[in-house]
Amino acid sequence: MKRIDRSSKVRTNFHQAKWDEPIIFELSTPGERGVSVPKAAPAVAAAVGDGVSDLPESLRRREKPALPEMSQNRVLRHYMRLSQMTLGADVNIEIGQGTCTMKYSPKVNEQLAKKICDMHPLQDADTAQGILQIYYETDQYMRQISGLDKFTFQPGGGSQAIFLMASMVRAYFESRGEERNEVITTLYSHPSDAAAPVVTGYKIVYLQPDPETGLPDPEAFKAVCTEKTAAFMVANPEDTGLYNGQIGELVKHAHSVGALCCYDQANGNAVLGVARAKEAGFDMCHFNLHKTFSSPHGCSGPACGATGVVEKLIPFLPVPAVEFDGKKYYLDESFADKKYGVSKVREFMGVAPVVLRAYCWIRMLGPNGLWQATKTAVLNNNYLFKRMMSIPGVSAYYEDGNNQRVEQCRYTMEQVTKDTGVTSGDVQRRMMDFGMHFWTSHHPYYLPEPITLEPTESPSKKDIDEYADTVAYIIRECYENPEVVKTAPHRSTIHQVDETWMDDPAGWAITWKIYNRKYND
Amino acid sequence: MKRGFPNHPYIPNSVPEIEKEMLEFLGMESLEDLHKNVPDELKFKGEMDIPEAFGSEYELRRYVEELLDRDGDGKKYLNFLGAGCWQHYVPAICDEINSRGEFLTAYGGEPYNELGRFQSQFEYQSMVAELVGMDVVNVPAIDWAQAAATTCSMAQRKTGRKQIVLPEILDPQKRAIIENFGRATTEFVTVACTEDGQIDLEDLKRKVNKDTAGVYFENPSYLGVVETRGAEISRIAHEAGAESLVGVDPITLGVMAPPSEYGADIVCGELQPLGIHMNFGGGLAGFMATRDEEAYVNEYPSRLFGIAPTAQPGEYGFGDVAYDRTSFGHHRDGAKEYVGTQAALWGLTAGVYLATMGPAGMEEVGQTCMQNARYAVQKLNAIEGVKANSMGGLFFKEFVVDFNASGKTVEEINKILLSEGIFGGKNLSEEFPWLGQAALYCVTEIHTQRDIDRLVNVLARILA
Repeated sequence: MKRIDRSSKVRTNFHQAKWDEPIIFELSTPGERGVSVPKAAPAVAAAVGDGVSDLPESLRRREKPALPEMSQNRVLRHYMRLSQMTLGADVNIEIGQGTCTMKYSPKVNEQLAKKICDMHPLQDADTAQGILQIYYETDQYMRQISGLDKFTFQPGGGSQAIFLMASMVRAYFESRGEERNEVITTLYSHPSDAAAPVVTGYKIVYLQPDPETGLPDPEAFKAVCTEKTAAFMVANPEDTGLYNGQIGELVKHAHSVGALCCYDQANGNAVLGVARAKEAGFDMCHFNLHKTFSSPHGCSGPACGATGVVEKLIPFLPVPAVEFDGKKYYLDESFADKKYGVSKVREFMGVAPVVLRAYCWIRMLGPNGLWQATKTAVLNNNYLFKRMMSIPGVSAYYEDGNNQRVEQCRYTMEQVTKDTGVTSGDVQRRMMDFGMHFWTSHHPYYLPEPITLEPTESPSKKDIDEYADTVAYIIRECYENPEVVKTAPHRSTIHQVDETWMDDPAGWAITWKIYNRKYND
Repeated sequence: MKRGFPNHPYIPNSVPEIEKEMLEFLGMESLEDLHKNVPDELKFKGEMDIPEAFGSEYELRRYVEELLDRDGDGKKYLNFLGAGCWQHYVPAICDEINSRGEFLTAYGGEPYNELGRFQSQFEYQSMVAELVGMDVVNVPAIDWAQAAATTCSMAQRKTGRKQIVLPEILDPQKRAIIENFGRATTEFVTVACTEDGQIDLEDLKRKVNKDTAGVYFENPSYLGVVETRGAEISRIAHEAGAESLVGVDPITLGVMAPPSEYGADIVCGELQPLGIHMNFGGGLAGFMATRDEEAYVNEYPSRLFGIAPTAQPGEYGFGDVAYDRTSFGHHRDGAKEYVGTQAALWGLTAGVYLATMGPAGMEEVGQTCMQNARYAVQKLNAIEGVKANSMGGLFFKEFVVDFNASGKTVEEINKILLSEGIFGGKNLSEEFPWLGQAALYCVTEIHTQRDIDRLVNVLARILA
């Protein structure tokens, strides 16, 4: 035979698994069972009867819930097929989910996390010394990474951490008898930096980016920073991948009017061991342990937004804190003056397996590895940036040749759209024909035809090259064969979704039951 | 200059030759040339006081395993703790599916590359809708407390009124979460409970008025009591133009009537009993459910996945319903609350559980819980000085055990139980001082007759 030609770096023969799998209710056969359930022992039944007869007739379930009836292997096969039609980070080159830090989640951490799966959150602390030690030490590590003075792991995600920060801001000013009703954020910080403080009652003041630099103008900041300002809530780097070198100055000014400064470090992978919340003067910060510290995203949670504060704000943290008396780890429910603090944002102690995975990740890297992770992530991004910028039609705003990105970048393909009519949404779908993906941007699109990429430290140079080659291949298609891009995907799990009914109350179908009710012809 | 970590297994481009090649491509000499926009005064120049990395994956494993091997859990100990996180049997298939790397490491893709994520969440929504008797269910919230907080806020926004009535008997941590979340818009009013732990209807009538946005109650309540007058509570709320808001433990719904049958407008609850391990409290996930009415759907802050056709006949596609409600949409600070990473993997798992259990399994697990719990109450009541189900109400799997006549505190009793390998019920003496020395016990389908007899024998011995 002849040598098989695999010289192409672009996977033009890719096809994602396509199972054409029915909705689970369509797989139901009356009488089939997926698992047998423990029954009460005969002596128990003899002593108490059937139990359910104690319920008054009005509280007895009359009709059984219309759940599927399936054998165990059919349930398994259904979900295995669905899993094969899901390109998690374990499967693809995960570069495209900018702002989300989709890095490798080590498998040993998964196995170790299972060790705590049967622990109850209220079991005696004497029987939970191992996991409490992990909480305690992870707090110590986070203090080193941020320079702040104490962390809680209670928030179950980044947005809940932002909500906690806003709640602590409110509690702080209440304790001082000050009335402040505004929170300042920037346009390129995460939407939750605006949306979560609103829930706590704040009015949002947006700082617009300077059209040249993409960063907020310090003078404009000073103009809106007043005695009404409760907090400055900001990401740095922002979702553009630009690090704001003037952040220290902004924080200083906010402090001069008595405001608190809260650092959204969801983008913290850009600065581990390089720059900290403390040196910039922040009063609080949060890190996403499910992004920066490698815990997997789980289709979007469970997660942990580790939230840290400076010394003077420790009393405002939620309870309990994990403390160590020199011999034992224990839960301190009493340290805060709860007249003004935030006692709880999530039940119990947050998501323990996520804290455990973050602990394991930190211990496998050490201080040098954390620094290396950040440096490689920034190196990877700048390497990708140069490759992307060499693709005709792709560019980036706020690029003067001198303004270096850190860990991510929001690109624009507006020139391609002007030339060909193909949008970044079209290219996004076409990427799926090559087993890849990218995210455009939050809405509204402040930058036209966006593509937001964040390679992290996880992909190899070969991976990044393949990704950039694939983008270049598709951009070339936009000019040479725009229809194939506009009508994509062609080799993915399904074809283009018709979203006509998604905003139509008469037409949308959020459950199978409603689909059958509205579309029964 | 700081040292890096060449050839780290998680960092392919830490290979020095590759690193050098990439730096050269960028016209740089070293990694220090990166981060040039971080000004010198903001650079961290010290060393992080974090232990040096383990030399191998094996050493990490040994260290962490030895640390965690010391801990007890619901398998090494006989566990009667519940109180918001409950030990039920987790079918093997649930762990098998939620450990699949494809699901475990997915996140924010589209309905094409992550079709399985969209379809499995749609199916979870659909199955929970069947269980609770509603039309619409959200992609999971963080936990029941957050789902309850959002339920209250949804009612507040929908009615434009400012008061929510909460029951006197409520998990104190849930109350703290609800009140902190709703403070900016909502006043919380407490309705008394009767001696048997149900809502006091006379007090409710006094507390409900034209300012009432909703009445929230749970079935069963935090102290395990089944609320038998749900229809009456809903009627009182509705007559005042308020919403009936019901928190529910979904494991009860194979045998108990869904809240829709006693007038609920918004249902919320905890998914953890549905095939999710306790995980030291990390297994929690909340849900909300309503009828398919625009006025309700528009108040959800969560993502709602809907089914849709595709360009190819016969294909199921999916998308986000009414996306601009959410803070991911166009309105940001004008969105309904905020959305973000919450607990989707547990939604997937609850779906696997419900499909595996089916209607028969859900009925059986409900029945076994009720029988075992009743057996435990009967046996505990034979011990002198112990009064199980002391509130006297109808219960499902949890009940209060009154130790006041035993001469011992719950703390003392639980210490002794612990030494016998048993996690006793949650001590209620601080949270509910009017109960005196009392504990909340949880008995489910995982407890065998022998388990219950063992608890009873130990208690009888130590209280003799």
